[in-house]
Amino acid sequence: GDLKVKERLGIPQQDMPAQDPVVRGGNQCEVALGYTEEQVRLEALRCLQCKNAPCVAGCPVSIDIPSFIQKAAEGEYQASIDIIKESSLLPAICGRVCPQEKQCMEHCTVGKSLKDPMLSVAIGRIERYVADWEREAGKITPPQVGPETGFKVGVVGSGPAGLTAAADLRKAGHQVEIFEAFHKPGGVMIYGIPEFRLPKAIVEQEIATLEAMGVKIHLNFLIGRTRTIDDLLNKDGFDAIFIGSGAGLPKFMSIEGENLVGVFSANEYLTRSNLMKAYDKQRVDTPIYPSEKVAVIGGGNVAMDAARMALRLGAKEVNVVYRRTREEMPARAEEVDHAIEEGIIFHFLHNPTRIIGDEQGKVCALEVQRYELGEPDDSGRRRPVAIPGSEYQIPMDTVIPALGNVSNPLIRQTTKELETNKWGNILVDDENRSKMDRVYAGGDIVLGAATVILAMGEGRRAAAAITKDLTSGRWG
Amino acid sequence: MNTIIEKTRLSEDVYKMVFQAPYIAEARKAGQFLIIQLDTDFGERIPLTIADADEQAGTITIIFQAVGKTTRMLGDLNQGDSIANVLGPLGTPTDIRRVGTVVCVGGGIGVAPLHPIVQAYKQAGNKVITIMGARNKDLLILEEEMRAHSDEVIICTDDGSYGRKALVTQPLKELCEQGIVDEVTAIGPPIMMKFCAETTRPFGVHTMVSLNTIMVDGTGMCGGCRVTVGDETKFVCVDGPEFDAHLVDFDNMMLRQKAYKEQEQHADHACNIGLDVRTPQGGTK
Ligand SMILES: Cc1cc2nc3c(=O)[nH]c(=O)nc-3n(C[C@H](O)[C@H](O)[C@H](O)COP(=O)(O)OP(=O)(O)OC[C@H]3O[C@@H](n4cnc5c(N)ncnc54)[C@H](O)[C@@H]3O)c2cc1C
Ligand SMILES: Cc1cc2nc3c(=O)[nH]c(=O)nc-3n(C[C@H](O)[C@H](O)[C@H](O)COP(=O)(O)OP(=O)(O)OC[C@H]3O[C@@H](n4cnc5c(N)ncnc54)[C@H](O)[C@@H]3O)c2cc1C
Ligand code: SF4
Ligand code: SF4
Ligand code: FES
Ligand SMILES: [Mg+2]
Repeated sequence: GDLKVKERLGIPQQDMPAQDPVVRGGNQCEVALGYTEEQVRLEALRCLQCKNAPCVAGCPVSIDIPSFIQKAAEGEYQASIDIIKESSLLPAICGRVCPQEKQCMEHCTVGKSLKDPMLSVAIGRIERYVADWEREAGKITPPQVGPETGFKVGVVGSGPAGLTAAADLRKAGHQVEIFEAFHKPGGVMIYGIPEFRLPKAIVEQEIATLEAMGVKIHLNFLIGRTRTIDDLLNKDGFDAIFIGSGAGLPKFMSIEGENLVGVFSANEYLTRSNLMKAYDKQRVDTPIYPSEKVAVIGGGNVAMDAARMALRLGAKEVNVVYRRTREEMPARAEEVDHAIEEGIIFHFLHNPTRIIGDEQGKVCALEVQRYELGEPDDSGRRRPVAIPGSEYQIPMDTVIPALGNVSNPLIRQTTKELETNKWGNILVDDENRSKMDRVYAGGDIVLGAATVILAMGEGRRAAAAITKDLTSGRWG
Repeated sequence: MNTIIEKTRLSEDVYKMVFQAPYIAEARKAGQFLIIQLDTDFGERIPLTIADADEQAGTITIIFQAVGKTTRMLGDLNQGDSIANVLGPLGTPTDIRRVGTVVCVGGGIGVAPLHPIVQAYKQAGNKVITIMGARNKDLLILEEEMRAHSDEVIICTDDGSYGRKALVTQPLKELCEQGIVDEVTAIGPPIMMKFCAETTRPFGVHTMVSLNTIMVDGTGMCGGCRVTVGDETKFVCVDGPEFDAHLVDFDNMMLRQKAYKEQEQHADHACNIGLDVRTPQGGTK
């Protein structure tokens, strides 16, 4: 029979099964193993099926959360995943990497009654379950492609924004060609987010589906160099272009010693280890620096990934240095918990002041300064204030700044008509049209470093606008 | 794609390869380079300069020295084989203007990246004096090509087996003393570029060098290629590869270049003793 609200609230949130922290420190395999069928049914029963569904407002692509959870509770997994796919193209990915506690789960009635968004219905875990169920059962079928329209659309970049735009554009019947700078498609999902958080096979499956739909992918193709946006429009016959080139330019701290041997941007460190698979030392040619004592600077997902990767590559001690406190960390809560379980050491309210090198120009120590929390700043967070004279040095052989990324200027420099803001993000209207005719943009190149689900949502919106504009004859 | 049309051995371990890459052949300018990778799953990404291009034929030329695992594997490829991944053209093209008399200095394999620059300076109407250096006569490459595009060629060898027995900095200094030099471009081992910079500095002659830092993506994404230029940090793959020689911190650059020395030697060794020999297209031999 039907459960009462009280009974539903009485079901404890199902723990995510995970690899043992000691074991996983030595491998690249996924940490979170996914719910069992029994767990997913129980977790789905926790959902109160709220009439106003506040959770939906927290999801950037407005997935019909109560409906898909209802179907999961009934064991109707195909129906469940079909509901999700009406709104999201990459559920196996978003179920894993969305910062749920700040999105759908933040608004969930269950979490509100238990006074902790972490105790909300584990929406992402259920989403992951049904998406994995579909993939593992071999039930993924490429979406139906509409009748050919004769239009040809180019997509720059193969991250979540580009892949989503490509899928929707192809579904609408346009010919679609993706241009990707790297030798493998997938964007940050391939080169940045590690295997232990997002198995590459999942991303590869999404790309295989796109290719099965007839989307053509040109790898090793750098727009702005190999060919410009103008070339694509004027020489190669593209009717419209979507730019989803991401935010790929690493920020450094501008402190002394930043160019010493042993200082790597998180992008470099993660690209070497993920895309280039440097962890597979016996088989691959790309080297990775041998580290004993590592300091990662920053508190976001990028910092957590770099720190946990360093641990897996054999570092004896991994430190995270962060200016604020645990509460302000922008990283997903689950990743911080996992990092702590794995033995990563956190230095909150600390900030690096300089990096010290030995006579061979290699890092040998990091100088840090203590901070305390002062008055709240514009964002409402209490501002960290340096404590004068509190500097001290920690011996260290590797320093990895993970301070986020800004946009790569290449496309902007080679496409005169595009307009950007002072951070280099492309300016678009509310349907993702840039200031240049026939050119649209979305994802991190528009939002600044954001999230997979937001990038996906932007790709969808732009694709819809492109189809609308092409078929309405807006561009003549 | 990227099919090798022609392969020539220029000296004991220096190869010239011409391969198909029509988009790159069309877009490239002097001073730009490529990133190549020989195996999509296991290979590393390495930068090589575009030494020449034929837009009509849709081909580009690379000239490289087999110094380690990847360049040796590349040298083992033959006509008809193809290079798995080629990205380019990368980097900011050389700023070629008509300035008067230009001295182009190339040391060792640095003569290869210098070749398109010499060509472009000449085409822009400059008087070009080329100084080429090598350890001995057998290691000297592209002499004929350089003569074809230069007004004057000065050859130096370390052992005196050909041309002058001198370091390239000697004739460079003499030309500066004559007061006829408007601009210098020097490409070669970092230590050579550093000394060329020191040679021209007292004369205040504007000098450019092309830096060969370690790279991964070649698009400005990783920051691995960064160097200190004046008070600033620059990314060689996008801001360069050419910089004002008088501002470059060569000592830091040379240290950074050796960051992976041990692992590189291990990789090369493993390759030579056949423990893990893979064909460039993947799979195991
Ligand atoms: C280490 C790391 C961890 C992260 N963790 C999370 C997480 O847990 N959850 C989450 O939601 N988000 C996370 N993010 C953020 C998320 O990955 C990004 O917001 C998202 O990938 C942006 O998607 P995008 O499609 O806009 O760009 P990207 O994923 O950056 O893809 C852009 C693609 O375009 C290519 N490209 C760039 N310029 C050109 C050009 N000129 N020509 C051709 N190709 C080009 C790039 O090579 C790249 O493949 C993380 C980011 C990083 C770096
Ligand atoms: C912009 C640029 C243009 C270049 N053009 C040429 C050229 O035209 N012809 C030529 O012969 N060489 C050129 N080089 C150098 C060439 O990239 C290296 O010789 C090559 O990477 C060596 O790789 P390996 O595996 O064979 O040798 P390894 O034994 O792995 O390395 C030998 C040395 O090469 C350098 N090196 C290694 N990996 C890289 C990397 N990923 N990126 C850059 N340097 C690396 C290091 O200093 C290393 O110590 C260029 C380098 C740069 C940056
Ligand atoms: S896509 Fe992300 S935000 Fe939306 S429901 Fe799924 S996990 Fe929540
Ligand atoms: S808010 Fe929570 S409980 Fe309510 S429908 Fe959404 S997931 Fe279910
Ligand atoms: S090689 Fe990565 S930024 Fe230059
Ligand atoms: Mg190598």
